[in-house]
Amino acid sequence: MDKEVRLDCVYVPSRDIVARDIEGELIIVPLVSGIGDLEDELFTLNETGRAIWDRLDGKKKLSEIVSELCEEFEGDEKEIESDVLGLTNELLKRKIVVKTSTE
Amino acid sequence: MTAYFEKVNAWNKDLWKGLSLPLASLDLELTERCNNNCVHCYINLPPGDVDAQKRELSTSELKDILNEAASLGCLRVRFTGGEPLLREDFEELYVFARKLGLKVVIFTNATCITRALAELFFKIPPLELIEVTMFGARKNSYERITRSPGSFEAARRGMNLLLEKGVPFIIKGVLLKDNMTDAEELTSWTSTIPWMDGPPVFSRASYLRCRRDSKVKNDLIKRKRLSPAETVASLMSAQNGYENALREFCTKFMGPQGEKLFSCGAGIGGGCVDAYGNFQLCMMLRHPETVYDLRAGSLKEALEVFFPKIRETKASNPGYLKRCARCFLMGMCEQCPARSWIEYGTLDSPVEYLCEIAHAQARHLGLLEEGELGWEVKDWEQRLESLSGTAPGGEQTRTGQGTCALA
Repeated sequence: MDKEVRLDCVYVPSRDIVARDIEGELIIVPLVSGIGDLEDELFTLNETGRAIWDRLDGKKKLSEIVSELCEEFEGDEKEIESDVLGLTNELLKRKIVVKTSTE
Repeated sequence: MTAYFEKVNAWNKDLWKGLSLPLASLDLELTERCNNNCVHCYINLPPGDVDAQKRELSTSELKDILNEAASLGCLRVRFTGGEPLLREDFEELYVFARKLGLKVVIFTNATCITRALAELFFKIPPLELIEVTMFGARKNSYERITRSPGSFEAARRGMNLLLEKGVPFIIKGVLLKDNMTDAEELTSWTSTIPWMDGPPVFSRASYLRCRRDSKVKNDLIKRKRLSPAETVASLMSAQNGYENALREFCTKFMGPQGEKLFSCGAGIGGGCVDAYGNFQLCMMLRHPETVYDLRAGSLKEALEVFFPKIRETKASNPGYLKRCARCFLMGMCEQCPARSWIEYGTLDSPVEYLCEIAHAQARHLGLLEEGELGWEVKDWEQRLESLSGTAPGGEQTRTGQGTCALA
């Protein structure tokens, strides 16, 4: 299985988690066994993570997400790309997102 | 690179800093029916009670409540009873709750846990420890309490299935005259359960029937529950640092509470829905004027309008005003509107049984002399002050969060 996160791939939240928006705070609750390291833990994202998460819609490639974020936040492209790849990698490792397609 | 991703404990206060969650956790009594017939039980009805079953919330009503709870930010629900696994739709409700992103505490006697259910808990974990009631490490002591032949084997079988699948659970117990001498053996047995981080939590001050529905059963509970002296002896000999925790608790939280009846957190950010859709401030308080009918309203309205109004209730019983309102043992004493309702049918009657336990504990700690009464002591602040720093060395305990047995 390809575990490497790629900019030309599309990722989507896994069906094995429940993402809840509680008073503006994103809480990721594992639904099945094997999500994350400890099963009695929940996960949350910081502001940067949340901006990326909201775009992981199963339609946009990571490269498109990078472009969108660059435009919106007027940040350094390399830095934003590194953030997007970093977060997606962490989420993929924990099976919180899954890859949907590869170009 | 920044850390965008954080693993959090749902009860981490920082997580909710600045947020005002109307509902953090919710207890749901799925049924009052139970396949055991425990001598001390405050609520159980026979498993085949058709009338009770007919009145219970339907699957769809329970799903509506779970949906609303999740929409209010609730993170944890407790499925309790009666025996919640008696509900035929238990699995459906459990999976529904988990798919809403709720963590689920299941409070069960474990006798109905099947291989399929253990498999489900493995596949879709509750994310909370399952709480199993045990009353003895042996068949005879256990079934003396449950009065249900075969229940001991069934409970052990259920727990073994959880163990096999690695589904985390803990043991909770009740100490009565009938099983008092078995506490040590039960404690020793529970130490083999990998998820126990200490001795089991034993409830001691047994409740009478919370619906005030049976004098016969109440008389039996009164005969079986520990006397105040036995309760104190048992608490103080418990190997979980109870005494140290109590000393610490007293110095922080004890003192006269005046005429205001609700000094606990009942109805704030939580509550208990009974099997028929009545939303209660806590699991025990079923005085008809203090419960909210969810079949005709919403959790939100109860939490925002109804409960705050009930919490403003003041005592008017002269006995309460003379004693409890002025007693510095309040805080340590389990006197509360629910216990008063259960024992006497009013919200503000001093509960003699609890009063005796509190006074016996206070004497043990050196806060009272023999014959002294908590509401007559003038220098109570100095006495509490002298208590701080007198605690013998020892481990801290997890029981120091208050005296409500349901905390």
